[in-house]
Amino acid sequence: MNAVVRPATAPVIATRGLRKVYAEGTEAEVVALHDVDLEIAAGEFVAIMGPSGSGKSTLMNLLGCLDTPSAGEYRCEGVDVARLDDEQRARLRLEKIGFVFQGFNLLPRMDALENVAMPLGYANVPRDERLRRASAALTAVGLGQRMHHLPSALSGGQQQRVAIARALINEPSLLLADEPTGALDTRTGEEILALFKQLQRNGHTVVLITHEADVAAHADRTFVMRDGELHPGDPA
Amino acid sequence: MNFTEILRTAVFALRGNWLRSVLTSLGVIIGIAAVIVMVSVGQGTQAEIDKLVSGLGSNRLDVMGAGGFGGGGARLAAGSRYTLSEGDADAIRREVPEVQYVAASLRGGTQAVYAENNASTQWQGVQPDWFDINEWKIAGGSSFSPRDYDSAAKSVLLGETVRRELFGDDDAVGQTVRLGRVPFTVVGTLQPKGQGGFGQDQDDLVVVPLETARRRLTGATALPPGAVQQITLGVGRAEDLSYAQDEIGALLRQRHRIQPGEDDDFNVRNIAEVVATRTQTTRLMSLLLGAVAGISLIVGGIGIMNIMLVSVTERIREIGLRMAVGAGPSDVRRQFLAEAMLISLIGGVVGIALGAVGAWLVGRFGSLPVALDGKVIALAAGFSIATGLFFGYYPARKASLLDPIEALRQQ
Repeated sequence: MNAVVRPATAPVIATRGLRKVYAEGTEAEVVALHDVDLEIAAGEFVAIMGPSGSGKSTLMNLLGCLDTPSAGEYRCEGVDVARLDDEQRARLRLEKIGFVFQGFNLLPRMDALENVAMPLGYANVPRDERLRRASAALTAVGLGQRMHHLPSALSGGQQQRVAIARALINEPSLLLADEPTGALDTRTGEEILALFKQLQRNGHTVVLITHEADVAAHADRTFVMRDGELHPGDPA
Repeated sequence: MNFTEILRTAVFALRGNWLRSVLTSLGVIIGIAAVIVMVSVGQGTQAEIDKLVSGLGSNRLDVMGAGGFGGGGARLAAGSRYTLSEGDADAIRREVPEVQYVAASLRGGTQAVYAENNASTQWQGVQPDWFDINEWKIAGGSSFSPRDYDSAAKSVLLGETVRRELFGDDDAVGQTVRLGRVPFTVVGTLQPKGQGGFGQDQDDLVVVPLETARRRLTGATALPPGAVQQITLGVGRAEDLSYAQDEIGALLRQRHRIQPGEDDDFNVRNIAEVVATRTQTTRLMSLLLGAVAGISLIVGGIGIMNIMLVSVTERIREIGLRMAVGAGPSDVRRQFLAEAMLISLIGGVVGIALGAVGAWLVGRFGSLPVALDGKVIALAAGFSIATGLFFGYYPARKASLLDPIEALRQQ
């Protein structure tokens, strides 16, 4: 990975000794994450693999600033996440992180355009500009013709494209995808993965969590989680 | 999120479950409408009583003949036995200096006739001070002259209701009317007073000098010489009232030769006191009405809280998602608070309209006095906002404290 030319800015993700312990100090104590050191530079496409229960969801929640570590350090573009309170972490998510979920998580009563524009409301972007940007994002993921469809009128692949457009709407530093193809058939999954690769070519940083090796194969680098420990995986 | 955005999101969320939203705000509508109607009725009653009190004056005493025991042993109504006399009135005038005005009076019912018009009305036979004590003013013509009183002149003053019924738009002064079979000259008319505190028409009367009444109007009833039914007194200073009351009692007992231990054959009443008691009763009633209305508003508020809690549980995934894409706890709290406030505000606006209509209907068709003013409406509006805030806060806070990871995991 030394071959990658790093920009002068801080890495998108830099963790040192990241640890997450549940029910700490009790008999039910579970160490979900053991001293994870991870550095991801801007523009990389990284996959994190592992069976269920290996701690990859815990890592994903920490990287997505939804959770705080029990010990260790996480800097997201240089910002020490552990020092932030709930409001500040929400702000960080708003500005730097875009989530793509396995279950799409679109709001069922809003059309595609409103779903994509929704996060911008929290950034106090005026409504006109919000809708304009959302429509551009939908066009970019190939859904320019379906902006006013409700999620229920869209196929799974289309819904996931809407979700990706929503994740991109704030121009985040990091795109975090948790099993984004898990609910899709193989062919549609391939299309979504192709979209991620295209996004990477356009300069986005993508971290993909999956348990499928052929999905992970699309990434530049692969890590494997095993019992809460992160190991470099086989090169694709 | 800015204000418009919060409002837009809240409207969107409420529209998604509009029947539920309507039903929830119905609780507030009923509560606010009840507050408006109840408080209006309470205030109206209060205003009536205040008017009555100021009409009576706070330093007025009434001496009535006590019921005593009639032939059959039944107690008669106050004033029905002629135990008081003009002599009593003179004695009070002479011996109780605190008393400023004294007016003995007789009264009865009669038929007033002018040309083909007639009116069934009450007559009052009075002494000069009666006009001051009861605050009657002359509208047209003049009051009685001293000569009218002394000579038992057949002069009469007409109350507005009687004047209107007999004369309509014509001038009454100088005309002759018959009271019963006796012709009287109308020397003047009284300024209207309107409805009294107990709902009676105060202007339905005719006034004659006391002596005239005794000679011409008491009819077949054989009165003891100098008998009067009532002595009305005005005390110069309100603080002398209870002292004067005692003095008059003592004086009359002495004059009527009532032994210690015997019941008085008269009754000195301080009407302001009676009214004050009534005022207290009314205050209590207003308070109770307000409390009942307040309780229904609380029930409405609990409805809001209940629905908001259900809504938070139902939309837990939405909350998780919004948090993941960057909504902070304060954004979530504001959003749910806005929904609760919107329900209660809409309830407040509709409730105020409904309550105003209800208060008007009560005033129009019910026999209760109603006073609806801006203060009541402002109070109701304040209540509806407070309801939304108070009962919306807990569910909103609960939503804001959700862990986004847990919330997203919910199905």
